Amino acid sequence: MVNLPDPPMSLLLELTHRCPLQCPYCSNPLKLERAGAELSTDEWVSVLDQAAALGVLQVHFSGGEPMARPDLPDLVRHAASLGLYSNLITSAVLLNPRTLAALADAGLDHVQISFQDADAEGADRIGNYAGGHAKKLAAAELVRDAGLALTLNFVVHRHNIARVPQMIAMGEAFGAGRIEIANVQYYGWGLLNRAALLPTRAELDACTAAVFAARERLRGTMVIDYVVPDYYAAEPKGCMGGWARRFVNISPAGRVLPCHAAETLPAFAWPSIREETLADIWNHSEPFARYRGTHWMPEPCKSCDRREIDWGGCRCQAFALTGDAGRTDPACELAPDHAIMAEAAQEAEAPPPAFVYRRVGANLGVMA
Amino acid sequence: MTETAQADRVPAFRRGTKFRFDTVRAAWVVLGPERAFLPDEQAVEVLKLVDGARSLGAIAEDLCARFNAPTDLVMADVAALLQDLADKGVMTW
Repeated sequence: MVNLPDPPMSLLLELTHRCPLQCPYCSNPLKLERAGAELSTDEWVSVLDQAAALGVLQVHFSGGEPMARPDLPDLVRHAASLGLYSNLITSAVLLNPRTLAALADAGLDHVQISFQDADAEGADRIGNYAGGHAKKLAAAELVRDAGLALTLNFVVHRHNIARVPQMIAMGEAFGAGRIEIANVQYYGWGLLNRAALLPTRAELDACTAAVFAARERLRGTMVIDYVVPDYYAAEPKGCMGGWARRFVNISPAGRVLPCHAAETLPAFAWPSIREETLADIWNHSEPFARYRGTHWMPEPCKSCDRREIDWGGCRCQAFALTGDAGRTDPACELAPDHAIMAEAAQEAEAPPPAFVYRRVGANLGVMA
Repeated sequence: MTETAQADRVPAFRRGTKFRFDTVRAAWVVLGPERAFLPDEQAVEVLKLVDGARSLGAIAEDLCARFNAPTDLVMADVAALLQDLADKGVMTW
């Protein structure tokens, strides 16, 4: 009998890649899926059934903008009926009293609203959506008043990192239980826009100091989750808690992935939920087994005492920066390719180029 | 804080937190925003008594009676557990 891997804890559904915003660091792939390719309501319902049976505990409804799917309340209701913890990851520009009431009534547990900055001018420029920030503020008030748990998410980079203290103050003003201060992760759109987004070391250090001071001050009141950019790290992040160990992602068209960036990796035939079951994919598929655990590791990972803490870092980053997904993440100071990170960080000292906004077709010239 | 004031504090799961039994793992789980914990057996016994009405003192008294343990020790252990979960954002008290 073959030992099966532990079941996944968490499932992220990219219900759609459609989104009113065009943030230049979007976690969606450069090749965005069109609406016609999206899974149907019945197919998503089957995904939820399979996920609960497999042992998934939390489901994240994401996108794109998941509220662009009119069947979202039905999917939330189905998740709740299965005992799944439901989290909505939203830009909130489509959130109003009517749409929120439908979601709350369906049993939604938690809402995470993305803010692009602490002030409207900066935020609307980053999202390339006039009036977006004001809509988000109104939406956050609605969520709070509905009694749902609320997280404010701030993705930070050189254009807004100086306003991290104001972002934390926004979280306090809304009585949010949790905020995220997450530096851009440089894959896909983020990598394409890295020179426009990566902060300097000094800017990052000031941000880190502000976060640590606020954490101390707000202990027991508001949790601040903090994500640093890998470019200034000494140790790599334990990306996704290790490849295919805790997390599974499903794309709008039903491709099943160990993380939302995995479609950037070539030489993988990603399994489809339209053709195989989630249990078969998780337990038996070659792509999920390829970098799971420690069997695949090169040195210096293989003999490192942190190999089951950081799991070799991020496979997508290793590929993006070295061309080989099986190498040690260059973010690790012990990695043979670590110098790449310092070279890239020099971009942050130069004036930022214009954004390549996230939209269908926007990247074609660059990728050609 | 005095010992009496501590004993009067009432722990509660924060909104957005769920504490439930997972049949796949045959284990109790605490679920919150981007959080999932599998509490150990002792913690499970404590959390089963958290209902937003019982105080720390009442919870400790119940545990002491059932597990025949000294009150001071149980109070301290339970308070430490609740504080840890409060710091992680899944509980208020």
